[in-house]
Amino acid sequence: MTRYIIRRLLQAIPLLFFISLILFTLMQSMGDPLASMGGRRVTRSSDRERLARQLGLDKPIIIQYVYWLVGNDWTRADLDGDGLAETPGTRRGILRGDFGTSLVNRGKPVTQVIWDRLPNTLLLMLTAEVVIILGALVIGIYSALRQYSLVDNVVTSISFVLYSMPVFFFALGMMYIFAVNFKRWGLPYLPTVGMFDPQVGKTPSQVALHMVLPVVTLSFGFFAAYSRYIRGTMLEVMSQDYIRTAKSKGLAQREIIYIHALKNAALPIVTVVGLDLPFLLGGAIVTEGIFAWPGMGRLFLDHVDKGDTPVVMGIVMMIAVAVVLFQIITDITYAWLDPRIRYD
Amino acid sequence: MNTLLQVRELTTRFHTPEGTVFAVNGVSFDLGEGETLAVVGESGCGKSVTMLSIMGLIPKPPGEIPKGEALYIKRDLLKLSDAEMQHIRGKEIAMIFQDPMTSLNPVLSIGRQITESLRTHLGIDQKAANQRAVELLEQVGISEAARRLADFPHQFSGGMRQRVMIAMALACVPNLLIADEPTTALDVTIQAQIIELVIQLREQLGMAMIWITHDLGVVAGLAERVTVMYAGYIVEEASVDDLYDDPRHPYTLALLAALPRVDLRRERRLKSIPGAPPSLLVEPKGCPFAPRCEYVREICRKENPVLTPVAARHKIACWVDINSGDLR
Amino acid sequence: MESTTAAPGSVARLFPDELETPPLSLRQLTWRRFKRHKMAIFGMISLILLGFYSFGGMLLFSEADANFVDTKLILQAPTAKHFFGTDTIGRDILARTIYGGQISIIIGLTAMLVETIIGVVIGALAGYYGGLIDSLLMRFTETVLTIPQIFLLLVMAKYFGGSIPEFELFGRTFSGSVIVIILIIGFTSWPYLARIVRAEFLSLKENEFILAAKAIGTPTSQIIFRHILPNSAAPIIVSATLGVANAITLEAYISFLGLGVRPPTPTWGNMLERAYNYIESAYWLWLFPGLLIALIVLSINFVGDGLRDALDPRSRAI
Repeated sequence: MTRYIIRRLLQAIPLLFFISLILFTLMQSMGDPLASMGGRRVTRSSDRERLARQLGLDKPIIIQYVYWLVGNDWTRADLDGDGLAETPGTRRGILRGDFGTSLVNRGKPVTQVIWDRLPNTLLLMLTAEVVIILGALVIGIYSALRQYSLVDNVVTSISFVLYSMPVFFFALGMMYIFAVNFKRWGLPYLPTVGMFDPQVGKTPSQVALHMVLPVVTLSFGFFAAYSRYIRGTMLEVMSQDYIRTAKSKGLAQREIIYIHALKNAALPIVTVVGLDLPFLLGGAIVTEGIFAWPGMGRLFLDHVDKGDTPVVMGIVMMIAVAVVLFQIITDITYAWLDPRIRYD
Repeated sequence: MNTLLQVRELTTRFHTPEGTVFAVNGVSFDLGEGETLAVVGESGCGKSVTMLSIMGLIPKPPGEIPKGEALYIKRDLLKLSDAEMQHIRGKEIAMIFQDPMTSLNPVLSIGRQITESLRTHLGIDQKAANQRAVELLEQVGISEAARRLADFPHQFSGGMRQRVMIAMALACVPNLLIADEPTTALDVTIQAQIIELVIQLREQLGMAMIWITHDLGVVAGLAERVTVMYAGYIVEEASVDDLYDDPRHPYTLALLAALPRVDLRRERRLKSIPGAPPSLLVEPKGCPFAPRCEYVREICRKENPVLTPVAARHKIACWVDINSGDLR
Repeated sequence: MESTTAAPGSVARLFPDELETPPLSLRQLTWRRFKRHKMAIFGMISLILLGFYSFGGMLLFSEADANFVDTKLILQAPTAKHFFGTDTIGRDILARTIYGGQISIIIGLTAMLVETIIGVVIGALAGYYGGLIDSLLMRFTETVLTIPQIFLLLVMAKYFGGSIPEFELFGRTFSGSVIVIILIIGFTSWPYLARIVRAEFLSLKENEFILAAKAIGTPTSQIIFRHILPNSAAPIIVSATLGVANAITLEAYISFLGLGVRPPTPTWGNMLERAYNYIESAYWLWLFPGLLIALIVLSINFVGDGLRDALDPRSRAI
């Protein structure tokens, strides 16, 4: 088991390296950093040269990559742009958590900008994930046990429609029904903007209320897909020999379904959750955009719009690393949960 | 000897898109307390389905048991609800299956799989159940039983897994153990070990046994009586000695003749039964063995013979007397 | 008697020679097949109708109609004259959905082509050659998979969105961003297909007919394209079909978020841009384009599902 963990971690290193290369290349081709420096158009060529030297853009690309990765405070940089490198640099590099400073929020470190918004996104995503998994288990098991019944067929059809539907259409539809029309009909309605009502303040109940529509939007597609998946694995498991053995021992039906069958059927879900993280993040962007939820996705949208490259790339980099780490965690969790791998 | 199980005219069918499968067609037999009955026949002859029907393990769509009764101590098992059957399964009648690899739950420890029947049927607490489980494992010959209680099925070899299955089945000391080809998937040497173990346990616990197999060689040292099945029917029923010494049904004859024998002349070819078993999708008409039978007569193709006695405790379902060649 | 919960599959194992599919009642099985079939047919019909709507609609409305700005008619609800209402600067929404549909569909199809070509090539090379090439290509594939597609798309759309100028085709002007969107969607969607193709190649190349082809000196390119590839056509076709739906959805997302296809070219996606600002006041702004997108994606999924069923009967995904 320990060997497995170490192996997984080692496998991740070349992947992370590749990711950094790709993102760095992407960054290089994205516009001219000089043009937006300081908000002013830099026109004089001597100014441009000076800035280029200050930002280290005159160095060969390999060096730029290295500085980006590990900073330049261990070497001399040309901070005043006069052509002589006499002072130690100030950048610490990606690997040490220095993603530069935001262009939009003047001088604020990128990590801080992201950190302010990160918890809100996590709140949304974790809640959605819980809803998805629990809901999928309930519906999936029920569908499997009542295979081909009317309920099963209805659920199948609805699931299909749900996971084919584009997120924003669903969101707009939800907004229209539960916010707009409920209000019109005098029913208590759900809020559609932001995380809390500024007049009431950031109370748990406010946040919870504001979370309803975003969480439903974020989870519906996955919920539909996962319940189909659980249904499938449950059906497969229920036809296995060891279930027949369990029945022949006269065990109660509940024990057979929820312990003998479910333990086997639910195991693959762990892996699926890991693999789907990129999609959940993608969904978070769209959801945060529609409902003006102040999270990382919204931050990303705003800053992409304004061309704030350091923040944008910082977010992408952090997300990529997070995905890799999360996939390692899910793989390890799966290995730990499956006795066939854990005790090998 | 008291009668433990009385099966009468058990009929099981399956409704499939390809048609109706006539799996079991009017099977009847008796089993006494502590008696061991072997059920012999080719793959697909209905031996497993018969036992699964008695145990109530046949899925009801698409399965159907339109006729028959299975009286276990005066109660008709076929008429009991699933909840009522749960009290009998595992506690009074236990079953072990062919493939120990797939028949054990891979994600539950074997300790758990043994103790759960103890706790369900005998109501004892976990600690006592664990102790009992250790005893059971030792009884079936698993060394270091206490340590192995927490192990998982994949950590055992095939033969040991089967021993675990046996321990699981006998945990609540059932009156009847149904064994569905438990040694078919095992090595020959392991086979012998398992059979010896079962014989030993039978002496200790005194349970009745139904042993399903397609291997006549296994039957000899193990069973007292044998029924031979073909295409969902019982075609011969006799004591073990009578079956080997004086087989009366053409199918039994052919089965025995097909057995590889060490003691006969080396150059003799293995005698197989020509033809193939009939498709179970066809409603049976006439004797099912007629197309392949050496002794076939006109009436065989028209009417299905019923199981009737031919000697003391020896029944066959055949129109022909194979010794004389005449109709019976 | 209570039905036990064993699925029919266990019964199939009792009669391995007799039955190959899990035994359902005849009625149940036929209903299932019919329904599947019916869904796929519905999808096909729906796609054809949408095609007629978008491309045939040109006969009823000219492009000028779609772009005609009448500031007196801003944000009008559906009327007889403007069947789907008008948008924020007074353009007829019905006409715009017709022309927008053309672009959305074309983007979907072309992006699918781009992603299919890249995915097949990379997957084939990795699967066929194995070794170092496989490792490198797979690392690359994993990388693109790990970074959530939307993030990559938005970044690339922002920075490369304006880099291709307007162009003329068939006498009509299109924004260069159409090409950019097609390319970036194609460049980020191929990993799924690459993995599938690679898996197919890995298993197929061990077959004897490949060995035979090699033995008679068939050049590698022929082996790949004439021998292995046709045998792995099924998952590629299914993936390509679903890829069109995916591309249309992605284009809609990024246009909805404001970074997609730029004016003057309409798409169903960019008609939805900022539509949520008007959700209370003007439902027709988002309802019609949104419905059309949902409809086309649903139809493609139905058809793709049916194709998967037809081409790979072993897969029992329900």
